[in-house]
Amino acid sequence: MGSVPEEEKALGFGGLVSDLREVYESGRTQDLEWRQSQLRGLVRLLVEKEEEIFDALHEDLGKHRVEAFRDEVGVLKKSVVDKLQNLKNWAAPEKAHTPLVAFPATALVVPEPLGVVLIYSCWNLPIGLALEPLSGALAAGNVVVVKPSELAPSTSAFLAANLPKFLDSKAVKVVEGGPEVGDKLMDHPWDKVLFTGSSRVGRLIMTKAAKHLTPVALELGSKCPCIVDWLDSNRDSQVAVNRIIGAKWSTCSGQACIAIDYLLVEEEFAPILIEMLKSTLERFFTRPEYMARILNEKHFQRLSGFLADRRVASSVVHGGHFNPKTLSIEPTLVLNPPLDSDIMTEEIFGPLLPIITVKKIEDSIKFLKSKPKPLAIYAFTRNEKLKQRIIDETSSGSVTFNDAIVQYGLDSIPFGGVGFGQYHGKYSFEMFSHKKAVLKRSFLIEFMFRYPPWDEIKIGMLRRVYQFDYVSLFLAIIGLRR
Amino acid sequence: MDAAVAAAAEARERLRASFASGRTRPAAWREAQLRGLLRMAAEMEDDICAALRADLAKPQTESYVHEISLVTTSCKFALKNLKKWMKPQKVPSRLLTFPSTARVAAEPLGVVLVVSAWNYPFLLAIDPVVGAIAAGNAVVLKPSEVAPATSSLLADLLPRYVDASCVRVVQGGIPETTALLELKWDKIFYTGNSKVGRIVMSYAAKHLTPVVLELGGKCPVVVDSNVNLHVAAKRIAAGKWGCNSGQACISPDYIVTTKSFAPKLLESLKKVLGKFYGQDPLRSPDLSRIVNSNHFNRLRGLMDDETVAGKIAFGGQSDEQQLRIAPTLLLDVPLDSAIMKEEIFGPLLPIITVDKIGESFAVINSMTKPLAAYLFTNDSRLKQQFERDISAGGMIFNDTGIHLTNPHLPFGGVGESGMGAYHGAFSFDAFTHRKAVLDRSSFLGEARARYPPYTPAKLSILRGVLKGNPMAMVQAAVGCTGGRRA
Repeated sequence: MGSVPEEEKALGFGGLVSDLREVYESGRTQDLEWRQSQLRGLVRLLVEKEEEIFDALHEDLGKHRVEAFRDEVGVLKKSVVDKLQNLKNWAAPEKAHTPLVAFPATALVVPEPLGVVLIYSCWNLPIGLALEPLSGALAAGNVVVVKPSELAPSTSAFLAANLPKFLDSKAVKVVEGGPEVGDKLMDHPWDKVLFTGSSRVGRLIMTKAAKHLTPVALELGSKCPCIVDWLDSNRDSQVAVNRIIGAKWSTCSGQACIAIDYLLVEEEFAPILIEMLKSTLERFFTRPEYMARILNEKHFQRLSGFLADRRVASSVVHGGHFNPKTLSIEPTLVLNPPLDSDIMTEEIFGPLLPIITVKKIEDSIKFLKSKPKPLAIYAFTRNEKLKQRIIDETSSGSVTFNDAIVQYGLDSIPFGGVGFGQYHGKYSFEMFSHKKAVLKRSFLIEFMFRYPPWDEIKIGMLRRVYQFDYVSLFLAIIGLRR
Repeated sequence: MDAAVAAAAEARERLRASFASGRTRPAAWREAQLRGLLRMAAEMEDDICAALRADLAKPQTESYVHEISLVTTSCKFALKNLKKWMKPQKVPSRLLTFPSTARVAAEPLGVVLVVSAWNYPFLLAIDPVVGAIAAGNAVVLKPSEVAPATSSLLADLLPRYVDASCVRVVQGGIPETTALLELKWDKIFYTGNSKVGRIVMSYAAKHLTPVVLELGGKCPVVVDSNVNLHVAAKRIAAGKWGCNSGQACISPDYIVTTKSFAPKLLESLKKVLGKFYGQDPLRSPDLSRIVNSNHFNRLRGLMDDETVAGKIAFGGQSDEQQLRIAPTLLLDVPLDSAIMKEEIFGPLLPIITVDKIGESFAVINSMTKPLAAYLFTNDSRLKQQFERDISAGGMIFNDTGIHLTNPHLPFGGVGESGMGAYHGAFSFDAFTHRKAVLDRSSFLGEARARYPPYTPAKLSILRGVLKGNPMAMVQAAVGCTGGRRA
């Protein structure tokens, strides 16, 4: 019922979009009760279908249930419950200050839904990247189409079967399919589109959106660097290593937009760090099932390709073993591959970790400034000056010190790249809302100097108004009212 | 074309280097530029009015009230609030990431492009620039070539009043604008029509450049019968003909009222127009002219349309040589006539009538979302319904146009009328990246439950942590794994 039949797809979705528009125009999705019921539905889905979600994620990505809970299900439950608790506040009109000269008047900013919105999810966190924005769009009162990634087919099927069961199936639809379907959807005018994926496809989406003046939010990839400074205590260093490993291999085998892509360390510290990484990797990944697998053949080839460059292959200091049968790649450390190699110019999105050494840790700032702005910059350091320099001199979606990935679960901060739309928490609500300015005036108090015919006296009054020179204005008005 | 491409590339490169040097970051630099713009508006008031008169025959009062003083208040508001806006905002960091601090820092986007419009050529060029500078960016401004006197004036004045290494004016028409659009910017801010808006966005898509589009639409005015008619008529007239002869994105485009009230409204408007512009409006110094012959012919075409010509209830005179059209009222034009399908952007005001005032909503909702919607009524229920059921960039009850003068209200469109907003703090935000900074200041609180090897016990600790269960939080914080040491 909520999943779109083949004939509809063949026809190109015109019917789907107009039906959804009708539902939106009926006004029911604007009611707070409706929005709350949808959010509750999502929570129930996450609770009652948890096992099925774990199974789907395991089938699609070999994701262990602990990782699935930690990164997708658990974070989502918390996030949706938060939205339920805050919805009334967020949806309430906010009073805005009005200058005295407009007295009597009330100014408000009223959040309203955008209408019919489209969410493209991605394959690596296929539940999280579909349901977090969905919860924001529903909280904001919109009607939604979710297009899951076909590269995570079990999850896609799960969403298509279950979203209609737990949510208002007339107002929330799932459209399954590959790139042609994704492309055809963009032939239609939407009130907003959120796309999570590669920059290449992001460009195509935005170009098509331009034809309809559809506003877009793009969550794209990047190479997220991690600066690792000397840490005095062994304990601190170990914690840092744990967190680095967690943010690389424990998160979908490095196939995440906010996974650590590469490290920057001082050349003297590098050998120590490498040893610690090796031993901790051994302790953590005692069984292959603790690491998600590589998505598919194509990505497996892509990742093996990085090591096909001989200069890179000769820089491998740990790991490097590939198993094409199980599509698994062991955690691999590469020390100082050439900066012009593919592994250092393209987003890795996998379990290979380049380690770039610098003479002084401060040099890493210059290094970062020469690169495109990443989604996240990480730095493990206790040096407050270095932290401030990183904040002031580099640009990125976010900066996290002494940990990684966790910023994704903190809903009080915005999540997104530079310039293109941020979400999580209240930002998810705002991403799918229009803030309408409302000014309410009464017929009392008319200032005749607003109107032509113009003369010097009126201009004088207006000058006083604009200088907020109320006293002088008042006197002038009295003077005029003989 | 090559010269245009070279000029565009050179401007961008210079500005990139200036921005990279960090020059635009300190509050002191930003304040100095804003003060420069203030001085410019004050010292050059006469020259600015003269340029606006040349481009649009804009009456001096409008030039002062609608352009110069709005720029002045915008600069002053930014100066007053700059430090507050620049300050990072602390936000709660939950128990989940304890111990840590979280804040959101405001960071400039970099080098931005502002493409301005011809109808408020001074205001719509400088106001976005105020926002860009306040946010610490370097800016290229491309003023509209359809207002050439103002464009040259800006090209002449800006380098004298602001830091030319970070704020550049590039003049020109389509080739120059295209050359600029082909380059990568950190943001593009465009004010104009939706046709060009689409073109701007498709260029931006190639570089994944975010955009703000301030576009237009048909701003409806619903007039109920229970109003102070004389005041309502004055306010409608002020928002229509008092704003560049209706050539303003927020001007009332058309009126919807009841069949029974229409004659009274018509009479009142005629009276007000007589008072404002006299018996020979084509000669009134208080009315702007039409910007050029293209638009003049377009507007004449709308009036001369055979389904519409007979509906002219007042006005209709024009002077082609002077490019002037008198304030014109039309009654009950067909909804499918050109004048009701496209944005009028001129001194023609159609009045559509319905049987009951509530039917006006269907008329409005049959069109694309406008930049502004206006309702004149004393009926609070009607106001509530209007607020809930009509979507627009902004709306005003019992007045027109003035919401844009309130810097505490976001000004921007929705749907066909645009994306993004500005004015006041919203201008600062439009050119800012909100960077989240999470600092796990200590290495305490190492939750080993996060890491493999994964066990069911770890899973239940994580469940507890994510639920905010205190026991689980403690277990996590002390590095408990719930079982065998991992």
